[in-house]
Parts: sequence; structure tokens; C-alpha cells
Amino acid sequence: MSDIEIILKRAVHEVHPGSILNLGIGLPTQLLDYLPDDLDVMIHSENGVLGAWKQAPREEMSASLIDAAGAYISTVKGCSFFDSAVSFAMIRRSKIDLTMIGAFEVDQEGNLANWKIPGKFSPGIGGAMELAQKTPRIVVLSTHCDKHGKPKILTKCRLPVTAYHCVSRIITDKAVLDVTPDGLLVTEMAAGMTPESLQAITEAPLIFAADTLDLTEEVKLS
Amino acid sequence: MNKVTHIEEAIAAIPSGAVVMVGGFGSPGTPFSLINELLRQGQKHLTLIKNDANEAGIGISKLIEAGRVDRLITTHIGLNKTAIEWMNTQRLEVEFHPQGMLAEKIRTAGAGSFGFLTDIGLGCEITREDQLLDWEGERYKVEMALKADFALIHAARSDRLGNLVYEGSAMNFSPLMAMAADQVIVETPECCEPGEIAPNQIHTPCAFVNSLVLLPLLTQEYAVMEHHVRH
Repeated sequence: MSDIEIILKRAVHEVHPGSILNLGIGLPTQLLDYLPDDLDVMIHSENGVLGAWKQAPREEMSASLIDAAGAYISTVKGCSFFDSAVSFAMIRRSKIDLTMIGAFEVDQEGNLANWKIPGKFSPGIGGAMELAQKTPRIVVLSTHCDKHGKPKILTKCRLPVTAYHCVSRIITDKAVLDVTPDGLLVTEMAAGMTPESLQAITEAPLIFAADTLDLTEEVKLS
Repeated sequence: MNKVTHIEEAIAAIPSGAVVMVGGFGSPGTPFSLINELLRQGQKHLTLIKNDANEAGIGISKLIEAGRVDRLITTHIGLNKTAIEWMNTQRLEVEFHPQGMLAEKIRTAGAGSFGFLTDIGLGCEITREDQLLDWEGERYKVEMALKADFALIHAARSDRLGNLVYEGSAMNFSPLMAMAADQVIVETPECCEPGEIAPNQIHTPCAFVNSLVLLPLLTQEYAVMEHHVRH
């Protein structure tokens, strides 16, 4: 199983029936493929859709209907379309229950940096700042380290921050971590990881739950 | 009352140096035909306001690549490497806003107001010191309304008075921009007689529309883009 698959299969457990969620562009949008077809959720897409669903069958695709990532989507029953002001009113009034979002960096206080790497990558803010600041529950989906093997879970974000104190949980290929007032609490670890080996690839100091679960076993349940 | 105008005449009203809002989030809602005519006529030093920069080679990216755009006010241009390259080489000035802030700035102008207070982006690098306002013990950021000289809009359907209907996710910024620009130019592939669209189905009332361009057919630019279809 690839790192991405581990993250996505674990992330499925975060989605509760009856909720409204937004899936950030990139890794989170791929979660759609892993959700059961009969799941009772409303997916918000910030380009003006509440009730977005998986890619439409070829013959039903509409050039006038995409999600924020550009995929030609289908919709669920009860779907609505609206303008961008209404779409972001929904976000700023905290009507979205859960946002899954990617990260360049996330720190032990739940601060998130995911919009700009000065001098290297600055494609813009999009909807990230408002989603991060106003969604009651933010779950970060990210590989534990960047492609050079450097930690992404830091003591303090160094990149420009998207929103402060916004992240509730971080799901990586190596662990599940909750942001608590005492710091980052590890509740699940992938098979083969030890507290020492996980701490070695994490800059922020970690606290370990007394009964840390096996992330890999949790993934198999899905 | 009949707002149906030839495309050349409608676009010729736009002078060089104009501030132009362009509807669309990605391709849906992008008025490709009006943009192509603006490219053909050659207006320069434009300021464009659009959610994104389309993708290289289509939509407003054509205007950027032809050097017609001095400034772009937008939210995210990640799908357009060419626009990023123009920005990074200082050939295009880009001003980024959080997406809902851009929408709300436009909506505010469209409602005839001049600004609003928000907490979005407080403490972040996009917020300048002079934008902060303390009021009754709370700190806010002042966001000013954003208006334009022209708006270019694609509607799925219209009557000849300019009552507009949008389709699917093609609505996005269009109804907001139609209210916030002094002159609103609309393209549509389907124009009907007044009364054929039920009054409560109309998204943008005709009072906001100045001219209406009929599209004889929708070109390939309006079709499903194969590279966005996953197999």
C-alpha cells in the first residue's frame, strides 16, 4: 500500500454521516474515490456547489459543472448551486463541519502553512485561508515528511501562515496526531514505528497516548 | 427594449487601460468568445479581475500571453504555469486575495457600498497595518469594495432584455460582477423572448445588463477538457 493510500484509507474514518465537508485541492480531493457510494454526506465545493460527488460517467459530464479542483463531477440528490459570495458565506458562518486540507507545514499549536513558499511557489490563496480559519474541524492530510525527507510537523511554522490555531488532527502515512493544549498527542502509529522512530522524523515534541493504536490495522478496517 | 449587440461593437466600447471583470471559475462561466474578440481588437494595459487565470492558451491567459494585461486581481493561478512565469518575471503584476474576500469585495461594490469589516487574514502577511480597525474592543480588517469599468459574463440562457440564467458551477463570480461593473457585456448561446424564463428562475435581472452578444455555436473551448477527465 502506498503512503497516499494509507493516509486516504485512514481519512475515510473521519467522515461522519450527516455532515457537510470540504475537501481541499490535492490529496484531500482524492478521498472521494475511497468514500462508500451510499454515504450520507454533503460535499461543499467552494466554486458554488453543495452536494458535489465523484466524477460523473463520461456521457453525463457537463462542461458547466466542475469541483474546485477542476474535475467533472456528479451531484447527490438535494445538491444546490450558488454564487461565490454565498459559497464563502457558508464557510465564514462555519456551516462546513469538516475540512480536510493539505499542508506544507503544520505545527504543535495547530498553526497551518499551505499557501506560499516565498521565492519558490506562490500560486495564490484560493479558499484555503477562509476554510482553515472558519471550519470548526480541520484535519490535515499529509505525508509525514516532505519529498526531501525533512519533517513537515514542526515546533513552529516557518512559512507564511494560512491560519492560526486551526488544525484539530493530522493524519500522515506514519501516524495520527491530535493537537491538544499540551502539544501533539499521538493516538495511532503505522506498523513498525516506535515512539523513538516517529519522534526522529518529527520536529515538534510528541506525547504518546497510553494505548496507541496500530494505524495500519485501522486502515485495514476500511 | 433589446440589448442584442454585435460582438465587435460590444467589445469596441472597452478602451485600453480599462478595468475589466471576467466571470468564470476555471473554464465554466468563462466568456471565451468575448475574450477572443478583446484579443482580436488589441486593447492594451488592461487590469483584469478574475478568480483564476484560466489555463495556458485559453481564456484570459491568451490576453496575458499577448502582453495586454498589466495587472491581474485574482485568488489562485496554480493551474496556469504560463501566468505564474509571467508573474515571476515581473511582466504581470498579480494581486492575490482570499477567494471569499474577492467575492465579497465585488458583492459589496455591486450593492453600492464601499467596504466591510472582516477577521479573515488577521495576523497573516496579506494584512497591512493600515487595514486594521479597532472598534468596541474588537480588531477587524477593513476590506474596500472592488468595482470595474466593464464585466464580461457568460450566461447559459438569456432573454433579449438581458435577464440571465447561469448553469451548474458556471455561476460563481458572474452575478456579483454583473452588479459591480459600470458596463456589463454578456455572451449567451441561447436567447429567448421575454416571459419565456419564469421570473423566479432569473439569476441576474436585466437592469444590470448593458449588451447581449448571441453566440451562434459554442466552440471547442466550451467543451469538456479531456485532460481533466480521469480514466
